[in-house]
Amino acid sequence: MPDKPVPPGERTTENIYWLKNIRLVSILLAIWFVAGFVLSIFFIDVLNGIKIGNVGLGFWMAQQGSIYIFVVLVLVYALLMDRIDRSAEGADD
Amino acid sequence: MTDQLNSFTLILAETDPARPWTWTFVGLTFALYLYIGWRSRVRETAGFYVAGQGVPAIANGAATAADWMSAASFISMAGLISFSGSDGSVYLMGWTGGYVLLALLLAPYLRKFGHYTVPDFIGARYYSETARVVAAICAIFVSLTYVAGQMKGVGVVFSRFLEVDLTFGVIIGMAIVGFFAVLGGMKGITWTQVAQYAVLIIAFLIPAAAISNELTGSWMPQSAFVTSEIPQKLDQVLIDLGNEVGYTTPFGKFSQLNVFLITAALMFGTAGLPHVIVRFYTVKDVRAARYSAVWAILFIAILYTTAPALGMFARYNLIQTLDQSRIEKLTIDFTDAEKSDLEFSFPDQRDAAVEAVASAKEADGDSDPSYSLVYDLVSAEGKPLDWATRWQRTGLLAFDDFSGDGTISLKLTDHDGNPETPATSENLKIDRDIIVLSTPEVAGLPPWVIALVAAGGLAAALSTAAGLLLVISSSLAHDLYVRYLAPDASEARKVNIGRRAIIVGILVAGYFGINPPGFVGEVVAFAFGLAAASFFPAIFLGIFSTRINRAGAVTGMIVGLSFTFTYITMCTADKVLPMLFDKPYLTPEDWWFGISPQGIGTIGMLLNFVVTIAVSSVTSPPPQEVVDLVYSVRNPHNSGEAQEH
Repeated sequence: MPDKPVPPGERTTENIYWLKNIRLVSILLAIWFVAGFVLSIFFIDVLNGIKIGNVGLGFWMAQQGSIYIFVVLVLVYALLMDRIDRSAEGADD
Repeated sequence: MTDQLNSFTLILAETDPARPWTWTFVGLTFALYLYIGWRSRVRETAGFYVAGQGVPAIANGAATAADWMSAASFISMAGLISFSGSDGSVYLMGWTGGYVLLALLLAPYLRKFGHYTVPDFIGARYYSETARVVAAICAIFVSLTYVAGQMKGVGVVFSRFLEVDLTFGVIIGMAIVGFFAVLGGMKGITWTQVAQYAVLIIAFLIPAAAISNELTGSWMPQSAFVTSEIPQKLDQVLIDLGNEVGYTTPFGKFSQLNVFLITAALMFGTAGLPHVIVRFYTVKDVRAARYSAVWAILFIAILYTTAPALGMFARYNLIQTLDQSRIEKLTIDFTDAEKSDLEFSFPDQRDAAVEAVASAKEADGDSDPSYSLVYDLVSAEGKPLDWATRWQRTGLLAFDDFSGDGTISLKLTDHDGNPETPATSENLKIDRDIIVLSTPEVAGLPPWVIALVAAGGLAAALSTAAGLLLVISSSLAHDLYVRYLAPDASEARKVNIGRRAIIVGILVAGYFGINPPGFVGEVVAFAFGLAAASFFPAIFLGIFSTRINRAGAVTGMIVGLSFTFTYITMCTADKVLPMLFDKPYLTPEDWWFGISPQGIGTIGMLLNFVVTIAVSSVTSPPPQEVVDLVYSVRNPHNSGEAQEH
C-alpha cells in the first residue's frame, strides 16, 4: 500500500488506530483466505483423506465449515473493533 | 438462474388441497407488507434513500439478507448445488465469503462517508463527474437486468401456484413493490424486507427439516450432513449408475482453476453489488454498520448451510425412490387436443404400450415431440409414487426413451459432457427447481407447507426486487437527474423525482419480466463479473490508499469492465446477441486458459488493480481535500454528522 500517514511516521492517535485496524483486518482476511481457498479448494483432495462423521473434511469445509468461519470472522471483527475504538477514545482524553 | 423458473406448470391442478392455503398465506403476507409500507411512508430524501439512517443493526441485517436472497436463491440454489455435487461450493462460499470482504473492507467506511449511493462515493473520492456517471450507469445496468428476473419470478410463482396469468402475476408484483417502494422509499423497503426475511426463512427451513428427519432421523440438516450415511451411499449410487465421480468428489463439474476463479468472482462481485452496499448506509453509525454485517451474514448462513444438506438428501432420495421403480400405468399425453390420450396398464398391456410409443415417435419424424409420457410408478418397496406423476405433468420431471421393460432404470447410458444439464441419465430429466419445490410432497408434508413455499418464494422475489428498484431510482434520480438537471430542487421535489424514477424502474422491470430478453439467464455472470471488475477495486483502493487518483481509477474501471464484458459476451454470444450468432464465439474448448465466463470477473478485477496502481503511480497525487476525505472516512467518530451534502 503506497500509503503515507499524515504527518508521515508520527505516532498520532489516528495513525495508531489505523495501523491496529489494518493489522486486525489483515489477520482476519488471512484466515478467510485459508478457510475459503487453501483448505476448501487448493488442498480439498488432501483434506478429504480425513473424515469427520461420514464426509471428507475438505468437502465439509467447502460446503459448511467455511461458511461458519466467515460468520465468526465478521463477528470477531465487530467485537475487536469496539475494543480498538475504545482504546482510541481513551487516548484522546 | 432465473430462466429455470419458467418451467413448472400446473402444480395447482394436481395439488388442489394447497390452493386455499396458498391464497390465504399470500394474501396475509401481502397485507402485512402493505401495512408496513403505509406505516413507514416518508417525506424527505434521507428517509427515502437511506431510511433516515436510523435502522437498528439487527433489522438492517435481516433486511440485507432478504435483499440478497432472491427468487432464484430460494427456489433454484439448493437444486443447483444438488446437481453440482462438491463443486456447488462455488455458490455457497462465493455468496457468503463476499460478506467478509464487505464487512471488513467496505461497509464501515462507506457508512462513515455517509452519502446515499456508491456513485456518490466514487464521484467524490475520484473528484470526477465522469467516474460518477460511469458508476451510475453500471449500477443501473446491473440492477435492471437483475430485477427483471425477480419480476418474472413473481409472475411465475403466481401463475403456477395460483393459476393466474403470468402477465397478471407480474402486474400484481409490480403493484405491491411499487406501493411500498414509492410510498416509503428505503424506509418502507427496509421494514418490509425484515418481514420478508422472516417469511422466507421459515418457508425454507420447515420443509428442509422435515425431509432431513424423514431420511436421516435428525431434524437438523446441518448435523445430518455429517452424521448420516447418505453422503457415502450417494457417492456409491452415482458411481453404480455410471457417473465418473461421486457426489462428494471435487472438480467433477468445474476444473480446479475454475472453482477458484468462480468462487473469487462471486465473492468480490457480492462485495461490489450496489444494492447490497447501499444497505449499510441506512444504519445509525459505523459501529452499527459492523454489527449489521454480523447479523446479515448470520441470517444468510442459516439458509446457505441448510441448502447443501437439502440438496444432497433430495438428490439421494430422488434416485433411490425412482431407480428400479415399477411402471403401473403409462399415459401417452398428446399435445394435439384432437388426439385423445392413451392409457396402458402394466404389465398386462405392455406390448401394446411399446407399439403405441413407437408409432407416436415415428409420426413425429424430426419435428418436436407431439406427445409426452406420464408414468404412474410404484417404488421398488411397493409404495405408490403419486408425487412423481404430478411432477411429470409439470414437465420438470420426465422419463424418455421408453424401453418397455416395465421398470425405470437411471443407469447412465450416454453422457453428453455438458455440466449445465441437470440430467442424471438418458432416461431421466430432473429440473433443478424440483429439489426445493417438491420437498414438501416427497416428505409427505401437509398442503399448508406447499402454500408456505409459495409465500416464501414471493417474499424472496419481492424483497430483492424492491432493493434493486431503489438503486435504479437513486442512480437515475439522485446521481444523474437531480445533480445535473435540477440541482436546486427542494427536498419535497427531490423525493418526488425519486418516486417517479422508481415508477419508471418498475415499468421497465415489469416489461422485461413479461418479455424476458434472451440474456436474462446470463445475468448472474454479468452482474457479478462486472461488479467485481469495476466497483470493488475502485472502492477498496479509494479507502485504503490516499495515493490512488482519478486517472488511475477511471482507467482501471474502464479496462476491467470492458475486458470482462467482452469475454462474457464472446462466450455467450448466442444468448446475448441471438440475431448475430447461433453459437458462442468462444466455445468451452476455446476458453482462454480454460477460464469459464463465470470466473472471468476475477481476472478483470486483477487487471483493474494493476492498471489503477500503475497509472496512479505515474500521474500526480489526488488533491489535499480528497486525501482529507480518505482520512475522515477511516475515522469512525462523528459518523452521525458526516451526511452533509
